[in-house]
Amino acid sequence: MIAVQDLTVRFGSATVLDGLALDVPSGGGVALWGTNGAGKTTALRAMLGLLPFDGTVRLGGHDVRRDGRRARAQVGYVPQQLAFWDDLGTLECLQWLARLRRAPIERAAVLLERVDLAQHGRKRVGELSGGMKQRMALAAALLGDPPILLLDEPTANLDAAGRADLLALLADLRGAGKTLLVTTHRLSEVQALADRVIVLEGGEVRLSCSADALEAALYPFATLRLVVAPADEAAALAALAKSGFKTHANRHGILVRVAAGRRAAPVEALLAADVAVEDLWMEDHWIEDPRAEGSHVEGDAWTPG
Amino acid sequence: MDTRVIGLVARKEVRDALRNRWFLLYAAGFALLAIALSQLSTGDSGTAGYAGFGRTAAGLVNLVLFVVPLMGLTLGAQSLAGERERGTLATLLAQPVTRTEVLLGKFAGLALALGAALLLGFGLAGAWVAARGGGVEAGAYAQVVGAAALLALATLSIGFLISSAARRTSAATAVALFVWLALVFAGDLGLMGSAMTMRLPVRTLLGLTLLNPLEAYRIGGIAAITGGLDVLGPAGVYADRVLGPSLVAVLAAVLVAWCVVPLIAAGVVFARRGIR
Repeated sequence: MIAVQDLTVRFGSATVLDGLALDVPSGGGVALWGTNGAGKTTALRAMLGLLPFDGTVRLGGHDVRRDGRRARAQVGYVPQQLAFWDDLGTLECLQWLARLRRAPIERAAVLLERVDLAQHGRKRVGELSGGMKQRMALAAALLGDPPILLLDEPTANLDAAGRADLLALLADLRGAGKTLLVTTHRLSEVQALADRVIVLEGGEVRLSCSADALEAALYPFATLRLVVAPADEAAALAALAKSGFKTHANRHGILVRVAAGRRAAPVEALLAADVAVEDLWMEDHWIEDPRAEGSHVEGDAWTPG
Repeated sequence: MDTRVIGLVARKEVRDALRNRWFLLYAAGFALLAIALSQLSTGDSGTAGYAGFGRTAAGLVNLVLFVVPLMGLTLGAQSLAGERERGTLATLLAQPVTRTEVLLGKFAGLALALGAALLLGFGLAGAWVAARGGGVEAGAYAQVVGAAALLALATLSIGFLISSAARRTSAATAVALFVWLALVFAGDLGLMGSAMTMRLPVRTLLGLTLLNPLEAYRIGGIAAITGGLDVLGPAGVYADRVLGPSLVAVLAAVLVAWCVVPLIAAGVVFARRGIR
């Protein structure tokens, strides 16, 4: 459904995307992962023909360069920079876009309902919050009922609840057969929406792997926070050190660095040493810079051993 | 090319223009100045009748020379650059439309809006003269209005060329103002200075004059009102003699070329740059 070969984008003498290749079958999901400036947004814009590019892009069988209109008719696009015409009404704006796409204009109201914005249809677009605009962007992307969705950080402007709702909606759409290409730097989105992930760095592909393998590939170590009784803390630290774990204790508990596939091992070590574990949880796992191995620990700085 | 898309974009452009404070300011200013000129031209009873009309039309030609290029250049310059700066150009071009359709739709919409502003100004001025008992030579007046419309399209087209290459509205507007100054003042004074210092032959001088769309409009307007170019001095007499009855056609061709060529160039630049 999406076939990209040797996609290269240059801005002047700078190559911002270098030789990207990907193939997403109908109903499939691929994530483009990378830090800011990695080339994710540029890749999506070039695929839509919004930027000059070298290489080949085919969307739904149509070459973007030669047959851009038909190619774009196959795609709903949610941009990272949510830009609509602020002085139009929300429903009015969607209706105008529906006309451009030759979609039934009644679909605009239906989709506003679907993204929970029906009560805001008369509001000017400029009066919507960032989260509302994000949902409106998804409604706009779905106007022509396109088989492909290109989503550029689709949850960037949403709070936790909104993010969960949108991910559920996108998962439904994928379940209904839509093909997804999503850029993100959130592991939870990759796992929810994609089968495969392509890691971009400086415009080049650094890694291509299954979504399940991404976590171990990017984060060979995770951070586990263990809470034990204050009286047991010394024994717990000794037991963990004896088992080869790097640790750091603070008033919130004991931070233990564990390999991605051995998260239960510290607990086993403590139980073997007769230390009761009162509570435990994994630290937040998404990290802006995946190269900074195991460096992100909320609340307390990690002290490498 | 899908004319339906061009129509949709054009309708939205008209709507946007009617909400654009710059456009409203220009349109209102032009209309008020046109009425003021009519009042001044027919103010004393001695100049009523066709003489009053002639003075009104001549005043309107000079008003158009300053105001219409300013409207066309700045509105055109802000069109694509504004959408590019706000990010809405990416939203628009991500739809199943082509860049040519977007460019033509925006051009058509702004051309309609400009045309409406011109008709309002000329209409009010004509009505004012007629209401005060002045005769209106409909044919000559229509020629002046038609030439003004062509001048509006020509400068709008140049504005679009500026806009196609600009990332920011402020930069596009600055370039448009510079071009306006160059066409209004430097073109006229520069040509006079060059003619004197370089002793340009009158044929070359006429050719260079016709390259400026504002001069083409000025000559066409004067020819329509006075029926000749004697008031322009020897150069006018020479133009009359060389071009004769084809003068109007040549001037119209110059203005049409200024409408078409910059717009084609804008299309080429827009196609290359995309949303950047």
